[in-house]
Amino acid sequence: MFWQSAYASTVGLPQSSTIAPTVDILYDFLVYLSVFFLILVTVVMVYFTVKYHRSKTGRETAYIVGSHTLETIWTVVPLVLMLFVFAWGLKGYREMRAPMKDPVEINIIGRQWLWNIEYTNGRKTLNELVLPKGKPVRLIMTSEDVLHSFFIPNFRIKQDVVPGRFTTLSFIATQPGVHIVFCAEYCGTAHSDMLAKAVVVEPEEFDEWTRTGKLPAHVNLNQIIGAVGAPTSVAAATGNGSSQPSQTPAERGKALAASKGCIACHSDNGTRMVGPSYKGIFGKKEEMADGTMVTVDENYIRKSLMDPNAQIVKGYTPSMPPFAGLLKDEEVNDLIAYIKSLK
Amino acid sequence: MAHDASASHGHDVDYLNDGKTVWSWLSTIDHKRIGIMYLVTVLIFFGVAGLLAIGIRLEHWGPTRTIMGPDTYNKVFTLHGAIMVFMFIIPAIPSALGNFLLPLMLGAKDVAFPRLNLFSYYVFLFGATLAVVAILAGQGVDTGWTFYTPYSIKSQTGVILTVLGAFIMGMSSILTGLNFIATIHKLRAPGMTFHRMPLFVWATYATSIIQVLATPVIGITLLLLVAERVLKVGIFDPALGGDPVLFQHFFWFYSHPAVYIMILPGMGIISEIMPVFSRKPIFGYRAIAYSSLAIAAISFLVWGHHMFVSGQSDFSNIIFSFLTVLVAVPTAIKVFNWLSTMYKGSIKLDVPMLYALAFLFLFTIGGLTGIFLAALSIDVHLHDTYFIVAHFHYVMMGGTVMALFGGLHYWWPKFFGRMYPEKLGRFAWALVFFGFNLLFLPQFYIGGKGMPRRYYNYDPVYTLGHQVSTIGSLMVGFGLMLTLGYLFWAAKKGQKATQNPWGAKTLEWTDAASPPITHNFHGQPTVDNWPYEYKSERV
Ligand code: HEC
Ligand SMILES: [Cu+2]
Repeated sequence: MFWQSAYASTVGLPQSSTIAPTVDILYDFLVYLSVFFLILVTVVMVYFTVKYHRSKTGRETAYIVGSHTLETIWTVVPLVLMLFVFAWGLKGYREMRAPMKDPVEINIIGRQWLWNIEYTNGRKTLNELVLPKGKPVRLIMTSEDVLHSFFIPNFRIKQDVVPGRFTTLSFIATQPGVHIVFCAEYCGTAHSDMLAKAVVVEPEEFDEWTRTGKLPAHVNLNQIIGAVGAPTSVAAATGNGSSQPSQTPAERGKALAASKGCIACHSDNGTRMVGPSYKGIFGKKEEMADGTMVTVDENYIRKSLMDPNAQIVKGYTPSMPPFAGLLKDEEVNDLIAYIKSLK
Repeated sequence: MAHDASASHGHDVDYLNDGKTVWSWLSTIDHKRIGIMYLVTVLIFFGVAGLLAIGIRLEHWGPTRTIMGPDTYNKVFTLHGAIMVFMFIIPAIPSALGNFLLPLMLGAKDVAFPRLNLFSYYVFLFGATLAVVAILAGQGVDTGWTFYTPYSIKSQTGVILTVLGAFIMGMSSILTGLNFIATIHKLRAPGMTFHRMPLFVWATYATSIIQVLATPVIGITLLLLVAERVLKVGIFDPALGGDPVLFQHFFWFYSHPAVYIMILPGMGIISEIMPVFSRKPIFGYRAIAYSSLAIAAISFLVWGHHMFVSGQSDFSNIIFSFLTVLVAVPTAIKVFNWLSTMYKGSIKLDVPMLYALAFLFLFTIGGLTGIFLAALSIDVHLHDTYFIVAHFHYVMMGGTVMALFGGLHYWWPKFFGRMYPEKLGRFAWALVFFGFNLLFLPQFYIGGKGMPRRYYNYDPVYTLGHQVSTIGSLMVGFGLMLTLGYLFWAAKKGQKATQNPWGAKTLEWTDAASPPITHNFHGQPTVDNWPYEYKSERV
């Protein structure tokens, strides 16, 4: 299933956007340039140490204090090379930043530790960026809390996501399939779990998806191009529409907890993270911050998901994002079944 | 002009024996003793931060939890970075070696303001203690050593006090810098023109200028952070109408020049070691001296290259990328000049020289990979990945730390009058050198493949790279512990050293005993040549 590019670059990643080959070719050039100069320096160094070692007797050391010619050469040559690299890097960067015609615009809001994604027709997803192949896309991004950074290695693009302002990323995805998205700017406890998936489909499939929310059957969200899928999160996930029928509701719930980003804050083994662990909470009587006692049942969990700040568990901060509109009823049921199963 | 000072003059005791009480050390205004106190202090910090680094590497043996939870991990890498940068690598060479050597190399009795010098040490100690206490009392700082807002505003940990600690340590380096500049201008031996100064002095001079000019900025930043916290004026916090990216400008406006505070003195050490162990004049003295100043000047203008994807304007990015590629030129000049110094020399591979050669190799890699990051289109992909981590470790550790250890071995006989054990030294060097490459080469590879930095969990495709890296870290850790162990053993028990065991030509070797007497020299040394006059000789 691993997609092979015709030109294998030293970056070692698939080239899945139009800009990727442009970036890679300069990268390759610099790899070769560096290897050349490193070998040059090393060979000269080793050669001199061997040839002019103090044990090699019967000769005279030279009295040389410098050479204008040589020094001019190794001032001018690096200078020219550097200006060349600057210009080449600039060319690629301009291509990256150039405005594109009629892009599909997608709003992204980062928050600790998930990505809320919204399309112009109002369709919302969590950590799942569905993209049309071969069409210009423009991401308009901001953050609700601290800095984040939206990074798709296979596309060679990255942009910090800053609270209080919008930053954008424009690109054209070329390779269908699932690509990993990292948060690249340190953002706290679950920074490394702040993952998303960029799902590239054919334009018709994309239109179908924006209308109905159904991804084509051939899309397997577990098969990530060039990555295994991080162990704690997206790997286990089977997102919208692609869950296998053989799974029990609790199994589907477990996968959802990963793909919807719950695991950034909740553990299943009793460890306290940003939020309480699910383990053993079902049926338990809990004290809320305002002193009331609540029994954890189906309704309470549902409410905790849709409007988490209405009741805050004692000892925790109100930091859970509301999932109203982001979870379907079946998904809520699956999550409840999963939480129930963690005795 | 050279005469063996240790021989007859019985009434002159060496500085180590001039007062044996702890108080005689704590209240000393002898630049040599202050240098040694700095050295011990920074090496303790180096040890602590090094152990934290091993902790990080062990955690990454596997993709998920290995030995610590995510919050602990975040504090550990923050502490590792903050201690290494502010408490070890910035003060290490200038304050420890600089203090000891600068007056000796200039032929002076002490620095220009000896009392101020002792005061700087205590200011440093106070700042460092404050930072450590703030970190421990506030249950750890978890912001990364860069303290980026608004995370550093939101996170509950003792950020303000830690930054205050960093600022106080900065105060100390301003004072040291001023002291050194005055010393270099006023206390050179008769006959020592600027162009007869050792290159280590030139490097220290360039470093001091940066220290004096750049450090105040971190003070301003701190005041703004405090104003924001206490007075609720929106400066960096978007919730109050501030701009978080502004903080990055302030931070790097200090911290980028600080990178050169870290590397320039290291380059100075290499410029001393190369000619001595090749028995040849340094190649291109003026080019090396002036390129230090050139680097110092450009270093103030490139801070924005840390921010290519921060949301700063495309225009700024282009300017900063352009200025950044220029830094590569003076750096390349130095590397080629050092190499040429070896040509037709008489090379001896003692431990200082081995470290100098390791420096040349590793620093070349650090410099070359810097070009990747200066090129805009590539930096977008590589920014905030392990490629960056590997790059700056090649520069900071492969560069500065290798130079520091080369310098320690080179001047140890001068510091303590005793030789380090040569064979053990070579063995430990090999461990450090090969371990270092195992440690950081794989990080270029996984970084290029997208592995983000400061990640607690990671995708299993990167496992192998991480594991090789961890093995390397253990080798380096072992090698460095061994080195520090035998160095301190040798300070007391090593073979007695002669005044000038390497046959060097700088004043600390030709005119001062090993260890030097309290007033450094008997009488005033004079200078009638540059310090690299190695005439052609038969091997
Ligand atoms: C950003 C962190 C975060 C994320 C993401 C998150 N939660 Fe929470 N969650 C919390 C916090 C903090 C609390 C406790 C405070 C409160 O009650 O709101 C909490 C409380 C809960 C509770 C009540 C627990 C109890 O002991 O009463 C449930 C159930 C829950 N979350 C389920 C989920 C599910 C399911 C998801 C994913 C769809 C999720 N959470 C995502 C932070 C998070
Ligand atoms: Cu983030």
